[in-house]
Amino acid sequence: MSQATATVSVTAKRTPAETRALIIRGTSYVLLAVTALWILYKAFTQPADFFTVGFLGLKFGALYALVALGYTMVYGIIELINFSHGDLFMLATVVSGLIMVSWLARTDPTVTGFLVMIGALLVAMVLAGSVNTLAERVAYRRLRRAPKLAPLITAVGLSFIYQSVGIQMNGSGQRNWSTLLGDRSFSLGPVKVQWSVIVVLTVTIPLLLAMTYLINRTRQGKAMRATAQDQDAARLMGVDVDRTIAFTFALGGALAGAAGMLWLQSIGTTRYDLGFQLGLIAFTSAVLGGIGNLNGAVLGGFLIGIIQALNEAFLLGNAWSQTVVFTILIMVMVFKPEGLLGKPTTEKV
Amino acid sequence: MSAQSSTSQTGEARGTGEILLKIDDLQVYYGAIAAVKGISLEVRQGEIVTLIGSNGAGKSTTLRTISGLIKPRQGSVTFAGKNVTTMSGHGIVEAGICHSPEGRRIFPRMTVDENLDMGAFLRNDKDGIAEDREHVLELFPRLRERIAQKAGTLSGGEQQMLAVARAMMGRPKLLLLDEPSMGLAPVLVDLIFDTIQTIRDQGTTILLVEQNALAALGIADYAYVLESGALKLQGSARRLAEDDEVTRAYLGG
Ligand SMILES: Nc1ncnc2c1ncn2[C@@H]1O[C@H](COP(=O)(O)OP(=O)(O)OP(=O)(O)O)[C@@H](O)[C@H]1O
Ligand SMILES: [Mg+2]
Repeated sequence: MSQATATVSVTAKRTPAETRALIIRGTSYVLLAVTALWILYKAFTQPADFFTVGFLGLKFGALYALVALGYTMVYGIIELINFSHGDLFMLATVVSGLIMVSWLARTDPTVTGFLVMIGALLVAMVLAGSVNTLAERVAYRRLRRAPKLAPLITAVGLSFIYQSVGIQMNGSGQRNWSTLLGDRSFSLGPVKVQWSVIVVLTVTIPLLLAMTYLINRTRQGKAMRATAQDQDAARLMGVDVDRTIAFTFALGGALAGAAGMLWLQSIGTTRYDLGFQLGLIAFTSAVLGGIGNLNGAVLGGFLIGIIQALNEAFLLGNAWSQTVVFTILIMVMVFKPEGLLGKPTTEKV
Repeated sequence: MSAQSSTSQTGEARGTGEILLKIDDLQVYYGAIAAVKGISLEVRQGEIVTLIGSNGAGKSTTLRTISGLIKPRQGSVTFAGKNVTTMSGHGIVEAGICHSPEGRRIFPRMTVDENLDMGAFLRNDKDGIAEDREHVLELFPRLRERIAQKAGTLSGGEQQMLAVARAMMGRPKLLLLDEPSMGLAPVLVDLIFDTIQTIRDQGTTILLVEQNALAALGIADYAYVLESGALKLQGSARRLAEDDEVTRAYLGG
């Protein structure tokens, strides 16, 4: 598709506007290439650092991807930017901390410790999934035929409510929680790998595979894709649209819940407004990949995670992290407004 | 025949098939606006019944109400003896009503094959589904050529065929067709109408909404003429096709 258009614009006579676009596009490609070369250069001169950083990027990328999926699924199915989604993630960080540290006090890296962690993971997923579904049931469902602004404002309101709950449970400041693995790491040759990276990836990758299976191979997935493409038509096929939308909220919430627990275990600290910051980055990932596109959300999440890590280590440093992320976003929006994978013909939800 | 007070009847004796669908005093509103103002009609087993009338007469609204997309303010829709107005949308499909909606409404980002598969969403009989898939692909060979193509990239006519084929994949007892000939080239219009007849001959009862009143009356057994949400005329399709009033108003005669 994009190839075809590219060929056309090269062979056809160019208007001045097209020439200008071509120059801008060329310049940005050159910039991208220079950055890529610089990173490659680092990869060769400091391979150990490069891979250590790469693993860090994967860790954050996985977390962004999990949260981004919830944004993109809900957007895909009812075109709502679920503003409170990040806060759900924050609540999950706090709840998993409460379970593991305050209530069960098991943060030792033993078998019991890991079992408790898995338990906390499940509780966080169920809880976040249920809260999200409840919000859909009592609020968004009633607003489905209302002007778009109504559910959006509702989501903003819910975001504040979740943050207040977060303050109640976690305090109004940063709170550190002891974790199972701390920043223990192991060496892979010269490369230092944090154990938490492994934990995050061993949970995230199966979750992502399960999601792909669910969406593409199951009845429920078929119902979700049909509902995302045309609600009335889905109804005429016998899809229970209300249940399908509720399920989508449950699924998105559960993924945010998993991300919350993993965040706390791998970072060890949270704050009531963590959801706002991380939510914004995850939302950016979803938009970067093409909002509504599941693969896009995962790709966007990992890309941003890795770019952030590389930037902090080799390019402009920590202070410029957000600037880099959002510059990329703006560039993508200007040159490819539908996002990296968001072609009109690709699968939404 | 159902009691009709205000509707003039050109009707002679109607087929004696069992009544499959019965609509009684149906009133449907969009907000405060009445789109359907108390219509009653029936469709008998094995018939093609057509519902004709000008733009905004309430034809699509009637079909959408039968399928449960809209709930009526008053009146009832009875299908095979069951009141469907209290049923959920998927319950209605399960009961045997499939609907090829106005404007095609195929799933654009699914392939032709996946769209057909969606048509059989509530079914579990693998063999039966495979059989029906083969059957609709025989009715519409064009779809077989495009089987792996994204439905959104089909031509308008192909999309229309897909919409009808998809509805048939539910193996309906009653097939609702909303303007299946809209936007089609004359050759395709003939093809669609031939196919509708074939579908009926193979045992599916059809309620057909059409702008193309002449063609619809050509294949239908019985017809209802709707005007501004109310029934204006009804009768056997052959009689209506010769009726002066109908000819003037809808057949451009
Ligand atoms: N969603 C809606 N909201 C408000 N009014 C509607 C809506 N849908 C239809 N209407 C109105 O209801 C009336 C009947 O519409 P309907 O679509 O049933 O007509 P129709 O007979 O199918 O016409 P056409 O031949 O143009 O398809 C029209 O006046 C239309 O404007
Ligand atoms: Mg209509």
